[in-house]
Amino acid sequence: MKESHIILSTNPAVFSTDDLPEIDYVQFWQELSSLMQDENNHVVAYFPLLHDDNKWNFICAVADDNKKNIRVYSHTCLREHAKLESLTPNINSIHIFEREMHENHGIEFPGNPWLKPVRWPYNRHESNSCMNNYPFFNIESKDLHQVGVGPVHAGVIEPGYFRFICSGETVHHLEIHLGYQHRGVEELFVSKSNYQQKAILSESIAGDTAVGHSLCYSQLIEQLASASVSESLSKERTIALELERIAIHIGDTAALCADIAYQLGQVVCESLRTVVINTTQFWCGNRLGKGFIRPGGTYYPITKKITDEILKNLEYVETRFKEMAAHLYSMPGTLTRFDGIGQVSKEQGIRAGLTGMAARMCGIKRDIRTSHPFQAFKNINYEPAVFNSGDVLARALLRRAEISKSIQLIRDIIDDIVSGDFSNGTDKTPDYNMSLKPDSACISMTEGWRGEIVHVAVTDNAGNICKYKITDPSLHNWTGLALAVRNQEISDFPICNKSFNLSYCGYDL
Amino acid sequence: MKFSRELQLPVFPEKETEKNKNIRNAYLGIPETGILYHHGLQFVPNLKESVLTELFRGRPVISADISKQEQDILSSLCPTNAFENNPFCLNLGKCVFCKECHFAMPEKIRFTNDYKIASNDPEMLKIYPGQDKPIEFNDAIRRKEVKKLFRKALKLRQVSAAGDNSCELELNASGNVNFDMGRYGIEFVASPRHADGIVITGPISENMAEALQTTWDAVPSPKVCILAGVDAISGGIFANSPALNRSFLSKYKIDLYVPGNPCHPLTFINGVLSLIGK
Repeated sequence: MKESHIILSTNPAVFSTDDLPEIDYVQFWQELSSLMQDENNHVVAYFPLLHDDNKWNFICAVADDNKKNIRVYSHTCLREHAKLESLTPNINSIHIFEREMHENHGIEFPGNPWLKPVRWPYNRHESNSCMNNYPFFNIESKDLHQVGVGPVHAGVIEPGYFRFICSGETVHHLEIHLGYQHRGVEELFVSKSNYQQKAILSESIAGDTAVGHSLCYSQLIEQLASASVSESLSKERTIALELERIAIHIGDTAALCADIAYQLGQVVCESLRTVVINTTQFWCGNRLGKGFIRPGGTYYPITKKITDEILKNLEYVETRFKEMAAHLYSMPGTLTRFDGIGQVSKEQGIRAGLTGMAARMCGIKRDIRTSHPFQAFKNINYEPAVFNSGDVLARALLRRAEISKSIQLIRDIIDDIVSGDFSNGTDKTPDYNMSLKPDSACISMTEGWRGEIVHVAVTDNAGNICKYKITDPSLHNWTGLALAVRNQEISDFPICNKSFNLSYCGYDL
Repeated sequence: MKFSRELQLPVFPEKETEKNKNIRNAYLGIPETGILYHHGLQFVPNLKESVLTELFRGRPVISADISKQEQDILSSLCPTNAFENNPFCLNLGKCVFCKECHFAMPEKIRFTNDYKIASNDPEMLKIYPGQDKPIEFNDAIRRKEVKKLFRKALKLRQVSAAGDNSCELELNASGNVNFDMGRYGIEFVASPRHADGIVITGPISENMAEALQTTWDAVPSPKVCILAGVDAISGGIFANSPALNRSFLSKYKIDLYVPGNPCHPLTFINGVLSLIGK
């Protein structure tokens, strides 16, 4: 019997779009429905390509956390009056992809109960639809009231609109309406002419995950061009990625302390975050790692001076953060504000398709570093930290655990580098003139500090990128926040929000 | 009790006086003793004289002997077309500080670690060949009332208009325990009604244009408008995206341009200090 899909076992993985077996939608619907019964499977990308101007060619990639591979399916439908029976009632987590396709291309998904706008892209199918007319969920009752917050918030943060339906102080439902940050990133990836501009663009998808996204982009371009990078470079990139994770996790701990008015915790963590991002600045000249990760090589090879600085600073950060965290998480004041607040159950997490940190805090062992290892993780057996309670405390403790794991990881890698050979400036410099494999597609995944980042590029017959899709972990995880605040006091929304710390621009693109 | 900046650890004097003993005992009386003790003093003592790591990408210097041919090469490789011709210069308002030009021609252009690169005049952000002096303020176009009204306290409302959260992180850092711009009375406030002006980050998306206008209108006059980061000043890498609507910027006078991708907290703070004449 003909195979219904192809299986990719590397990350990043290239496949020829011609090799992709086409199945009809009914078979796809059935296969995916049964496949997704297994909670280890989750959809990482699902999007259509326009073929011959009259047909949609869909590509759907499903990652398996357990078997460590990716299945890729393909089905087609005619462009005119495209209508496909929705998978959302069977696979809840796929709702965001169906909504995106509906919004961008006007494809109908009968049976989808929540076919709402995602981000109002400038090239949306319904150009008449307007941001001010978001179809909010409504409950008619004189006992309930609504609270609207945003898009400009009371802090130095990105814009988004939240509407709560409450009775008294209790939140029954939160609806999150985003799209304010839409800059047309995916389209710019196609229209920008060179790989250097695209590298800068990849850093700007979400500036707090500059390393995560630019690494995802760089390894994708390298794989499509069949270019290999040295082992030492992949180790350096891994260190950079983990430094970013440590910095943001400590910063988030500071923000959580600020929200419970614990000033000592806030200032201590703020100052420690400064030490970590200044280490990145010492290495590459930018505190957030912009201009650092480039396809094909690096301008900032690691040296003894840099490894010494990293080790020295991590030693300082680790000692002080451990001291702070030990006190913070033993204080009754903290525990009453964190424990049991904003819970998400494992079942909800699986149904919402949570990824990364948001998955690991509610008992789902999902980590690209383990399941689809990339860069130096290919030679490291990384065991992710997992917490089960799914509340603010779990998210805070997960940060503490990941900080200490990442520090250990960096030490191990540096030990490895020091005992082996420093690249000592022999690393290649970036290459922006690679020629990509024509008529192919590449799926690249990294585990940023928020969770799995997925970039998919499709090339045309001349080897130019003709479609670029980005899945930031926030795309799924915003649903997790909406679930977390149900039946909570509305005053607990800030700590729930901070404990997730999701990206607006990564979602809006 | 003295604090050592180097070690970031407080050092108690060898010979303990009665007063010091009392301080120590007071410390020991609270559970956070060790944490406070190890925290020491974290603030950067002098925000105007602080020196950043040499690799920091700040104000560039272009060699005076750059040929026309070399100028063309630089122009063609810049990802955001930050080099302008007639006369040839590098516009910091468009520069994303990726340093690609330096790596292509290390002897013709270099980036210094001078972080004081903000100005009130976009013309001052242009770096010409051979120019190696600090970026200046143009007093001729400075509004008189800004200095008079906001010298002692400037409360700002930040609007992220499609900013990628990097400039927002750095603006937050400007007020944190290390940079502490609050010492000069500069602060971010929650409501535009409490603010003396706004700080815009991001290239200003079409979807955010209306909210930006509403926020600006809610700030009582007289008010200042500050653009932080390359995305806000010129659109940066997003400059030609059809998803943007930058018409807001042509309607109002911009009081301060803070280049950088993202702007460093020291760049922002020093820019604002120059603006209010401190």
